[in-house]
Amino acid sequence: MWRDALLVAGKDLRIELRSRVALWQVLPVAVLSLILYAFALGPVRHTLASAAPGLFWLAVLFSTVLATQRSFAIEAGEGTRDGLRVSGIDPAGVFLGKAAAVAAELAVVQIVLWAAMTLLFGVHLRTAWLALVASLLATIGLATAGTLYGALSAGLRVRETLLPLLVLPVLAPVLLAASRAWSGALTGSVSSGVSWLRVLGPFAAVYLVIGIVLYGPLLETG
Amino acid sequence: MDHVVLLRGAVALTGRFPALSGVDLKVGPGEVVAVVGANGAGKTTLLRVCAGLLPVSSGEAVVLGVDLRLDAPAVRRRVGLLGHAPSLYDELTATENVRFALRAAGLGADRAAPALERVGITGRLSKTVAGGLSAGQRRRVALSVLVARAPELWLLDEPHAGLDAGARALLSDLFTEAVRGGASVVFSSHESGVAVAKSDRLVTMSGGRVADISSGGRRAKLAAVGEGGSHVA
Repeated sequence: MWRDALLVAGKDLRIELRSRVALWQVLPVAVLSLILYAFALGPVRHTLASAAPGLFWLAVLFSTVLATQRSFAIEAGEGTRDGLRVSGIDPAGVFLGKAAAVAAELAVVQIVLWAAMTLLFGVHLRTAWLALVASLLATIGLATAGTLYGALSAGLRVRETLLPLLVLPVLAPVLLAASRAWSGALTGSVSSGVSWLRVLGPFAAVYLVIGIVLYGPLLETG
Repeated sequence: MDHVVLLRGAVALTGRFPALSGVDLKVGPGEVVAVVGANGAGKTTLLRVCAGLLPVSSGEAVVLGVDLRLDAPAVRRRVGLLGHAPSLYDELTATENVRFALRAAGLGADRAAPALERVGITGRLSKTVAGGLSAGQRRRVALSVLVARAPELWLLDEPHAGLDAGARALLSDLFTEAVRGGASVVFSSHESGVAVAKSDRLVTMSGGRVADISSGGRRAKLAAVGEGGSHVA
């Protein structure tokens, strides 16, 4: 399973590096949305700083939808999906590989967004480890849930519009918990931030396990 | 194993409609079977069922000795499928595509270069991304995956479509080599002339059923040029 996961993740990331869809579409959309939020909220630094965590994770959330759609577009070509099914790869490995590739892209998005947010909103992390742990757990949760729902909608004609409808409500707990945890990391209130990790951790674990178990049947029926 | 493919009264649905309606088919070891028929006759569905990609809703379906209703994934690992559209990633080079398929099958990536060379994809072409290759070249790359994997059952959907004379000759040679290596081949075709010439047996489908089974001319042709064939079940 792990060997297959590495193989699929390597393939997906190589394709992304070649096609540069993530670079030219996902990243600009994420940064642009952050800038537009800043415009909408106005130039008051205090307002921007207090809203920053929520806006950051909202931008990451939309990036997740785009990255997931792209991840499944790779296998949308006629025959490629069948090719994957007859390849002998463990479906759980496909799930983990696809989720890992999406997670890697989201990590890059977050680094760029963080730099943009520091520049635009003038915010600074007081408890960096808390933000890092929250990011790690949230990224795993977003990537695994996104990949699972991506597989669910992959075989459908209306997948481009259906995926956001399916996945955004499901990812709402991650948006809430990651925003609150980051808020704690920005203000230095560690205890309130840490309490939200108890939402992010189980969310990531649950979707990781569900994905490993259910991805095979989803691939069969898709 | 008496039969590589054994279908008895196999029914397969696409959506709510039966694409196969009680198909009986036997394919023996080392046999090359052509499936012909009009559009919508059930040729592609038949190949997908044999590959374990589409379940049978009723009837018996045993491929390579494995009951498809019990363990279709086990069959998939042992068959090679060349679909109507080659299963290639446009952004990966020909070599990378073949290497990925080999690693996915748990085989050594070092088989890629000889297989690509066997189908005539060498030098610059092997380093070209699949999206930059012509349709015929893409089909050759997809064929090289089968050559490298050496599956026990080759399933090819319209493999002759869009190929020039050289590629068609190559395909015939690959069939012969596969059979010599102990594999069986089932391919679909719109061209009855090609299907008769390249097969040991011709299965004509109509409306999701086998309408007729007749002899092909491959063995006679091989005998005429002095090449031995394998036994036909």
